[in-house]
Amino acid sequence: MSRYTSVTPDDLREMLATIGVGSIDELFDAVVPEGVRLGREIDLPDGMTEQDVYDHLRDLAALNTSTEDEITFLGAGMYDTYVPALIDMLVTRSEFLTPYTPYQPEISQGGLQVMFEYQTAISELTALPVSNASVYEGPSALAAAGYLARLANRKGRFVISRAVHPHSRETLRTMARGYGVEVVEVPLRDGVTDPDAWAAAIDDDTSAVFFQNPNFLGAVEDAEALAGAAKNSPAVVVGAYDPLTLGILVPPGECGVDVAVGEGQQLGNRLDFGGPSFGFFAATEAYLRRMPGRIAGETRDVDGRRGFVLTLQTREQHIRREKATSNICTSQALNALAGVVYLTWLGRQGIVEIGDLLLQRTAYAREKLAAVDGVTLLHEQPAIREFAVRVDAPVQRVIEYCQDLGVNPGYALGRDYEEFSDGLLVALTEQRTREQIDLLAQVLGEAVAAERGARAEVTA
Amino acid sequence: MADGTYPEDLLYHPEHDWARIEGDTATLGITWFAQDALGEVVFFDPPEVGSTVTKDEAYAEVESVKAVSDVIAPLSGEIIEVNTALADAPETINSDPYGEGWLVKIRLSDPAEQDDLLDAGAYTAQLS
Amino acid sequence: MTVATETPLQREPVQTIFEKGRPGRRAFVCPDPGVPVRPRDELLPKAFQRREPPRLPEVSEPEIVRHYVRLSKRNFDLDSGFYPLGSCTMKHNPRLHERVTALPGHARLHPLQDPRRAQGALELMWNLERALSEIAGLPHVSLQPSAGSHGELAGVLLTRAYHEDRGETRTKVLTPDTAHGTNPATVTMAGLEVVKVATNEDGGVDLDDLRAKADTDVACLMLTNPNTLGLFDRNIEEITAIVHGVGGVLYYDGANLNAVMGHTRPGDMGFDIVHFNLHKTFTQPHGGGGPGSGPIAVSDRIEPYLMTPRVVRRDGDNGSGAPVFDLDFDKPKSIGRLRGFHGNYGTFVRSYAYIRSLGAAGLKDASEVAVLNANYLLAKLRAEGVDDLLPLAYGKLCGHEFVLSGAPMKRELGIKTLDLAKRLLDHGFHPPTVYFPLLVDEALLIEPTETETKETLDAFADAIVEILREAREDPEIARNAPYTTPVRRLDEAGAAKRPVIRQEL
Repeated sequence: MSRYTSVTPDDLREMLATIGVGSIDELFDAVVPEGVRLGREIDLPDGMTEQDVYDHLRDLAALNTSTEDEITFLGAGMYDTYVPALIDMLVTRSEFLTPYTPYQPEISQGGLQVMFEYQTAISELTALPVSNASVYEGPSALAAAGYLARLANRKGRFVISRAVHPHSRETLRTMARGYGVEVVEVPLRDGVTDPDAWAAAIDDDTSAVFFQNPNFLGAVEDAEALAGAAKNSPAVVVGAYDPLTLGILVPPGECGVDVAVGEGQQLGNRLDFGGPSFGFFAATEAYLRRMPGRIAGETRDVDGRRGFVLTLQTREQHIRREKATSNICTSQALNALAGVVYLTWLGRQGIVEIGDLLLQRTAYAREKLAAVDGVTLLHEQPAIREFAVRVDAPVQRVIEYCQDLGVNPGYALGRDYEEFSDGLLVALTEQRTREQIDLLAQVLGEAVAAERGARAEVTA
Repeated sequence: MADGTYPEDLLYHPEHDWARIEGDTATLGITWFAQDALGEVVFFDPPEVGSTVTKDEAYAEVESVKAVSDVIAPLSGEIIEVNTALADAPETINSDPYGEGWLVKIRLSDPAEQDDLLDAGAYTAQLS
Repeated sequence: MTVATETPLQREPVQTIFEKGRPGRRAFVCPDPGVPVRPRDELLPKAFQRREPPRLPEVSEPEIVRHYVRLSKRNFDLDSGFYPLGSCTMKHNPRLHERVTALPGHARLHPLQDPRRAQGALELMWNLERALSEIAGLPHVSLQPSAGSHGELAGVLLTRAYHEDRGETRTKVLTPDTAHGTNPATVTMAGLEVVKVATNEDGGVDLDDLRAKADTDVACLMLTNPNTLGLFDRNIEEITAIVHGVGGVLYYDGANLNAVMGHTRPGDMGFDIVHFNLHKTFTQPHGGGGPGSGPIAVSDRIEPYLMTPRVVRRDGDNGSGAPVFDLDFDKPKSIGRLRGFHGNYGTFVRSYAYIRSLGAAGLKDASEVAVLNANYLLAKLRAEGVDDLLPLAYGKLCGHEFVLSGAPMKRELGIKTLDLAKRLLDHGFHPPTVYFPLLVDEALLIEPTETETKETLDAFADAIVEILREAREDPEIARNAPYTTPVRRLDEAGAAKRPVIRQEL
């Protein structure tokens, strides 16, 4: 017997007798050929008690600097948004945490209705009529949109803005190489997608175009213009959006976007060092039967009761197999539950208020940082919750200096954009107060002064 | 429609499709066996009028709740009409597979291809 | 079914959260901006502003809690009952894992945090990689893929990269006709072509068919062993020799790893790439449909192409001698990324806690009891005389799961596997997997897992016997089941014909 199993010597005796063998080894002998038997113990430490496992995991946690240990302005795709306590309670309930995918709908109405509500919420946010029940996360959602386009129009090129999240661009490249579509990147101008280069890149072999709004540098793009530039091409227009800004930003469905995707972490999910979270995927009616992933649909039972089922399942891997719209089996149901509960908790007024709050605090932070000696704005585009600055000192050293004082100032853009090697991406959430922003400005100023001095020493 | 009927006046393709020849045109559909195997049909996405179909190749798909099936063309030709009534009532393919459940009409490009098809007797024989 | 016999859950009217509440109600309290407030039009051009807010619900917090807690009661779940879903490994989800995952040092750690300030996370990932490597018998691991099918995609893309780097274009992927649905879909996404290999009468790969199809155009063979019939292929060494002989790569679908831990390892069988399902073998809760995780382990010849970033360990240079963990992005032959950040870290924490709890002996025991429980349930059903109507599809003994065929039951009693499954719901059990694998007529795929007691297995067998007995007297009962669930059989055809996938507002 080991942890979580229950076979006593009496159980074993009775069970072996029923089976008609003398030992468990006999079962394996009958089944696993001699030549591939391991013949030794696996080389792993011995099992530990629950208390010792807890201590070990706690010790590992203590080596990490979390958002509880520093004031963080680090974003770049995932954000330190507050997760209300009721979500913790709901996502650890047995009935939501432990069931499988709802293949027996009669006993899965809870989960299926949650999916239906989630789909409704995403449709509302994006103003697109068709939403699935979630995909893994943001970057792979964008890549899945690419696959949808490829199956729909069989064209040979993807056009993607350089202002889309680096992980999304990379994921798209990796996947597109698989099914043979070329990926063309359009450069930036003044912090947004260069509109002339964008239009010039689109032709009648373009399968899909991709932009992000707000983009990776925090700038609000002219989505309608970007979508419009693809109007006379076969291209599917894909927009990657930040869901928490959709209370105040014009939604993709009203800008001519065909498919909207995005990262859902900031809707009620923890940072968790990058996952699990969920990705959302919404589209126009025309793509209903090309949607990847699960979709919950409304129906009636034999007695006329309202109920929900997984529908349009013929598109999925387990029926169409090689013709499937994707290969998704497991998705992110529990994280999507957290997402819809969070959106419900924000409510119709809250989604607008939080957007306005981010807008105001971001503007304030921008102003404060631009006033710091050695810090200038990288672009002056409208921004809602994230913005980029240039610092006149080695960025990594500046970040380290600030972190040593308990403030994480943001993301070093030079890690992904060699043209912005002096760039710092600063994110706001509703948890970053005025006092904390003032502290950031102060600490950043100190850091730049100190590190600018250090660099000057080196070159002297 | 009675169980397992296969009208004598039609020609059959082993992949469970039928053709009703009318001069130089033909009406095409799927057999009773096919609709029974699929279960209740929920969606039929017709090809475009004017497009070409090729004998032995798939020209459309029929979807039920649990499965999707290629529809194989028993003969080659150009699509001159598609059954648009199926958009609102795809289950007609189940209830009347040889009548109101027809899928497309084509103008034959090679009438001699008929010789490769089976009659009702030969088709039902190869079903068992 | 009459109104008088309805259960309370059946009687309860179904309303989505969008149909509840009233204008003005709210839960969220917005913090005061605290900064000088500027006109919105100054900060965001009017053309970029949303005109009408999204029509999210307007409800109070107690309403939200009540709504979702009541919804939860309309779900069956693993904590509440037996869930013998074949191929899903529904084993107990320990709550210790939820406690450690919630520690702020893990839960509130940003993925882009400086690696020097995330040493605990990186050490955890490193340790998990080494443990998975040892379990699989392959040296290099990536934790990045988000689910089993994502790991499969990685495997096929890696195979392509490996061959291309050697100047070879190979287009075919061999997969047995018993393969899980995700395999062929994955191959198509990776731009390759599926070629099916026949199964012999023992349920294993047909060696003659394999030899005929294995040529230098074969990129890889994708296999699950034990396979989806629950059977371990005794010719596994021959199979790997044939494929390696033509220069092909061998991919192991780890969905059934629960049958063999500590007894045999895919790497030792000759496989080059193995994917794990942390949400199957390693207790990540299924969550009603995710999240999961599909890490992969690979051999030396595949290692250069693994996704970036890689977790690396270096000797500490700070004098204390403690190792330092880091992320390495400098892998020129890597296929790149398949998702953002590092993968589903929350699932790593749980799986790691599980592996540290059980240790080597515990993992081996888990597989042994999984195989014991499956064979016991099979033998018990036989002892109850069930195998005339529900015979075992292949062989005599099984691995950690087994497939029965409902075809004789359908012929003799007039009820299908579907009806049996629906009637099981009234007995308080989740049914086994039905109609998979496709190779078996009226298939019933049963996997009890090691965390179930003998009493539960006996009760399940009793329920099957009871349903068959009842069907002999009156098959209509099962055909119209279930009766006691929150809803009864649903019109799935109607849902597909006229899809309604969001609440009308």
